[in-house]
Amino acid sequence: MTTTTPAPGSPVAYKDPVRQALARRKARRDAFVGMASLIGFTIVVAVLVSRTPGWPVVQETFFNPAEFKDTLPGLLEAFLLNVKIFLIAEPIILVFSLLIALTRTLQSPIFLPLRVLATIYVDVFRGVPTILVIFLLGFGVPALRLQGVPTNPVFWGTAALILSYSAYVAEVFRAGIGSVHPSQRMAARSLGLSTLQTNRYVVLPQAIRNVVPPLLNDFISLQKDTALVSVLGPIEVLRQAQIDASSTFNYTAYVAAACIFIALTIPMTRFADWVQARMSRRQRAGAVA
Amino acid sequence: MTTQTLLDAKGVWKSFDDHAVLRGLDLEVRLHQAVVLIGASGSGKSTLLRCINGLESVDAGSIILDGDIEVTDPSIDLDKIRRRIGIVFQSYNLFPHMTVIDNVMLSPRKVTKTPAGQARDEAMELLRRFGLETKADEYPDRLSGGQAQRVAIVRALAMQPELMLFDEITSALDPLLVGEVLDAVRELKLGGLTIVMATHEMGFAREVADRVCFLKEGIVLEEGPPEQVFGDPMHEQTREFLARVLG
Repeated sequence: MTTTTPAPGSPVAYKDPVRQALARRKARRDAFVGMASLIGFTIVVAVLVSRTPGWPVVQETFFNPAEFKDTLPGLLEAFLLNVKIFLIAEPIILVFSLLIALTRTLQSPIFLPLRVLATIYVDVFRGVPTILVIFLLGFGVPALRLQGVPTNPVFWGTAALILSYSAYVAEVFRAGIGSVHPSQRMAARSLGLSTLQTNRYVVLPQAIRNVVPPLLNDFISLQKDTALVSVLGPIEVLRQAQIDASSTFNYTAYVAAACIFIALTIPMTRFADWVQARMSRRQRAGAVA
Repeated sequence: MTTQTLLDAKGVWKSFDDHAVLRGLDLEVRLHQAVVLIGASGSGKSTLLRCINGLESVDAGSIILDGDIEVTDPSIDLDKIRRRIGIVFQSYNLFPHMTVIDNVMLSPRKVTKTPAGQARDEAMELLRRFGLETKADEYPDRLSGGQAQRVAIVRALAMQPELMLFDEITSALDPLLVGEVLDAVRELKLGGLTIVMATHEMGFAREVADRVCFLKEGIVLEEGPPEQVFGDPMHEQTREFLARVLG
């Protein structure tokens, strides 16, 4: 040994070099074993799947490279409609659901009608499957033939998504408001802040911060559910894939559509994970105070 | 005594579910006085302080501020009263999403509508007075317990209250940090602020109190100047309590 242990009490961060070398070796070995296991597993699965009797047919109808290349540009173009629906629905959902959540926390008896309405709204729209809401609004409202009411299926499909998702997101916000410790409200009131000011400056900023990860989760889900609007007929990505598939009897277009969704949701998921990790680190750091 | 009465609580009752915490308690606080509440946990000290600034409603009795404002009147605007009464809690309760200076400025800005520049100057002045000026832009999670509690005191002072309530403000602190918080209270007492303080720091109570009240089962069992309550208590129960806390 060439290095020597510093005297006890020396103001240095001393680490035993032998022990560190051992730790590094173990880390390298773990990484190698993990990688080998992953590759081995993938090969086994690939061999097993490719040896099933129906594989050649499945490969031809679902994973046809030529078909993939042909349908992708049209699918991407159709996907723009999904993105548009998402971008319009999301901000409206955020504002609307926050209002619903706040309504449900109102204390004064004069707001009882609003509170009851908000509760019924959340109960109903959380209970009904989103696809049913889309059907009912998309086919039902235009059938009323009301003057000045739009008949555009994209409009009603988006409206249905907003109504359905707002009920969920409102509950996320309500949980966030509930997660702020009552002592924060008490401290704010003791300083003379009104109920409204307490919510605005003390409770909501903390509540919203607490629910960012579940909110991002709901965004990702909404991103996918824009495909449900296809039941009303507008040519978004799933509809386009259906058209492609039924004209060639090849289902590769569905796989291509799935790839497009994954290409967008995976970055969003990683972003949500990153935000969550960052916030839990911050909370741990703040747990002392 | 000729000094005027700032706070007069008479026959205050308060229970939570079936548990009676305050049982017809009387307490009088005169202007510029420091009244220290002592007593075992559950004797009603915290509940009394919360009733005084209306954070809890009382079940019976009255609490009157400044001779004519009845805190316990259900129809009164409590926000107006709370501006005149500051309270500091055991667990600091700073707002974690705001910097120290924003914590201090929040109520002057939003409640009394003080212009931003003036509110900032006044907040900085107060922070300086308590040795916290270098912490103005920190978030609460970067403060030690003693610093956090001093910020909580400054935040309550920013509304220029006539009466300060301290609810066991050193009980959550590392013993090494108790001193700096008690120094802050001592400084307020010297400045003439009227104080009601619940504490387990008997040495400090003895030093700073004008009057000590021993609470037992929801009433003030014994009260008097600290020399008398600590030195020659009249009740056997006071004697027992002191023997236990002083060891």
